[in-house]
Amino acid sequence: MSIEVKNVSKSFGDFVALEDVNVSIGSGQLTALLGPSGGGKSTLLRIIAGLESADSGSITIEGREATSLPPQKRNVGFVFQHYAAFKHLSVARNVAFGLEIRKRPKAEIKARVEELLELVHLSQFGHRLPAQLSGGQRQRMALARALAVEPSVLLLDEPFGALDAKVRKELRDWLRRLHDEVHVTTVFVTHDQEEALEVADQIVVINEGRVEQIGTPDELYDHPANEFVMSFLGEVTTLSGRLVRPHDVQMQTAPQVPEALEGQVSRMLRIGFEVRVTVLTTDGQEIVATMTRTQARSLGLAEGAPVWVSHLPGAEGVDVPAHGVLAAS
Amino acid sequence: MVGYLFLLVAWPVSLVVTKAFADGTTGIRAILEDPDVVHALQLTVVVALCAVVINTVFGVGMSLLLVRQEFPGKRALSALVDLPLSVSPIVVGLALVLVYGGRNGWFGPTLEEHGLRVIFATPGMVLATAFVALPLVIREVVPVLHEIGTDQEVAARSLGANSWQIFWRITLPAIKWAVVYGVVLSLARSLGEFGAVKVVSGNVLGETRTATLVVEEKYLNFDQQGAYATAFLLAMVSVACIVIVSLVRPRGHR
Amino acid sequence: MSALAPEADRPATRRRPARSTLTPASGLGLGIAVLWFSLLVLIPLCAVIVTAVDGGWQIFWATITNEQTFAAIRLTVLAAAAVTVVNAVMGTAIAWVLVRDRFWGRGVLEVLIDIPFALPTIVAGLVLLSLYGTDSPLGIDVANQPASVFLAYLFVTLPFVVRMVQPVLEELDTDVEEAASSLGASRLTTFRRVILPSLTPAIAAGSALSFARGVSEYGALVLLSGNLPFKTEVTSVRILGSVENNNLAAAASVATLLLVISLSVIVLLDVLQRRVSRRG
Repeated sequence: MSIEVKNVSKSFGDFVALEDVNVSIGSGQLTALLGPSGGGKSTLLRIIAGLESADSGSITIEGREATSLPPQKRNVGFVFQHYAAFKHLSVARNVAFGLEIRKRPKAEIKARVEELLELVHLSQFGHRLPAQLSGGQRQRMALARALAVEPSVLLLDEPFGALDAKVRKELRDWLRRLHDEVHVTTVFVTHDQEEALEVADQIVVINEGRVEQIGTPDELYDHPANEFVMSFLGEVTTLSGRLVRPHDVQMQTAPQVPEALEGQVSRMLRIGFEVRVTVLTTDGQEIVATMTRTQARSLGLAEGAPVWVSHLPGAEGVDVPAHGVLAAS
Repeated sequence: MVGYLFLLVAWPVSLVVTKAFADGTTGIRAILEDPDVVHALQLTVVVALCAVVINTVFGVGMSLLLVRQEFPGKRALSALVDLPLSVSPIVVGLALVLVYGGRNGWFGPTLEEHGLRVIFATPGMVLATAFVALPLVIREVVPVLHEIGTDQEVAARSLGANSWQIFWRITLPAIKWAVVYGVVLSLARSLGEFGAVKVVSGNVLGETRTATLVVEEKYLNFDQQGAYATAFLLAMVSVACIVIVSLVRPRGHR
Repeated sequence: MSALAPEADRPATRRRPARSTLTPASGLGLGIAVLWFSLLVLIPLCAVIVTAVDGGWQIFWATITNEQTFAAIRLTVLAAAAVTVVNAVMGTAIAWVLVRDRFWGRGVLEVLIDIPFALPTIVAGLVLLSLYGTDSPLGIDVANQPASVFLAYLFVTLPFVVRMVQPVLEELDTDVEEAASSLGASRLTTFRRVILPSLTPAIAAGSALSFARGVSEYGALVLLSGNLPFKTEVTSVRILGSVENNNLAAAASVATLLLVISLSVIVLLDVLQRRVSRRG
């Protein structure tokens, strides 16, 4: 294990940010800390980096007890949401910073900086100031800067949070490819489930200071531990007291399975290739199902049409506890 | 509006210039040839530079403490730091005399026993000048420290820099201009200090008389020409200071 | 303008409790800074107060109610108060013009505002004397008149209200005014009901500063006023007189009064400052 977090708790005054958190992160893995804002995931990352100290519990990095080590001795690379670029230094000097601090020979620094700028596709921008770069370029520079000191782990705090949707998507594909090239143990914080599902090898879902579930994207999506994880990872709808994915709702124009509920299409909404059908059942439930346009057309669906809905056999769901349903994200 | 500023500031200031040059450059040349005036000018510069150096080191350090640290009594300290701006220069002088006065001061006699004369000597003048200009650097640096935030410093720390390296490589370059403005303003204030220095200096000709004291002295001795010429030199420096600040300072930074 | 702006709101994960974050090194730095500050500022100011009350309350009271001293205090406070009122109005107006109007020579005006800040006070006095003294080209001679005190205060306090109001005015969105006028408010009503309330704390803070500066001024008026007892003598001149007569106790008593005024202004400013930044 590369990072071992044991029984970590942290409060800010009355606010409990983390409560008895245990996480193991394997060497060379790309792990996402996923959860809603204010849930404690950034605090956990900062505790791993040594930028905050835990009230109790321990942190081990690469087998080394790190709980009370200052950040500069943990050998971690940290990438900030707002880049934290050194505004008065050129891109190349930014990347060289950690190496200069370590008093490496000039020639070595130069070679390493060139290599890293190559890696993040910023070779021709080495002499520019950070202010002359776009957001995405600045974040790549920050990444190169963190990688320059050959950290044993790389920590990224909402690395794409400040970027617009298109750049964000490009950059996360690029991060995945970069990780496959560099293989450094990487942990990144995100509140975007799509980002986590797409990029990470392992996802740690954190909510209200507690770990809800740890697993691969498939495990989490297919076998969510509870209704929070299920609803946070994707859209959900309630069908006969169970949370299910709208794309796992089977819709038929005649009663073919015994447990199917009878209802009427109350609304149809087309979003791109997908059709979202809202069904009002005779016993008063409102159920949302999604399907492709072709499916909708072949069923001949229209508002007011009678339909029978049931749970697709074999698909996962989570029983809704008596106190109610969490809002779908 | 413009008329108000013209009558209150522009016209009077321009009159000093014309009066200083009423006889061409002879007035200026006369005072620059007077050894007492030259000595006063030198003393002014030395005292001002000492005070500025002290206030810059103190000001930058204090700003860092007030912005980057939490400690009990911080709010009170940050309010007190502004106090010298609203204390009368005469009261400043009096206060220093009461503590450092050679005969009856709280610490003065002890210091004199050890050979350090403060009041009626240069150290007292440096103290008085440092007192009145104390908040200027802090007031420039504190808002900038707030504005740049801690991101860059934290990033530097995560890259292995220690506090000293962070200060020299990251924080200082970021607050560089604020420090420069603070220093220029302090310099203008220090060169021009009058009341406080008058009380603590003893105003001894050729020894502890500064340029501002020369202006008063010459005026009261009916040497108007000399007074205006010296005043012009002082005004030149201070106006140059604020013009530099307003030119260098980026727009919207106040 | 207080040195310490309140902490900006931060996300919950970064909020720090109000406890000490000092490391041994920064603790040492704080110690040295506070020691120097105490030696330079706090202890001397305490010495003034201690000396003032040393002789007992009655002597203190007798000193500051001495006829000549009282006349000086009255002149100082009245002139400073009058100047403060003028500054509140003119300062706001000047700030308004500087922020809202774009015209040639605005930069020159900006520098003009700062001149009284930078000019040595004795030079400021000389400057005023040249236009409003005995050989005034305007024929206005206020030298040795109580009006000279007012004039000197007016000069040295000019920048305070302007420099406090200006940034607030710059931050103020014009769309608030546009919204008000779209709702049918006249320009005057908009100014009175929408703009003025947001400027009030800044105007008050600037006024407080200019009052404090006025009360404590010495250099700018010493040549202009002639320092005539009962007529143009102000408090700071009176203190200096006592110092020169080696009557430090009397000087300290009057100085204490000025210090109380300065301290009240500091406290007032701190309160106003928090209000200004809350609105921002």
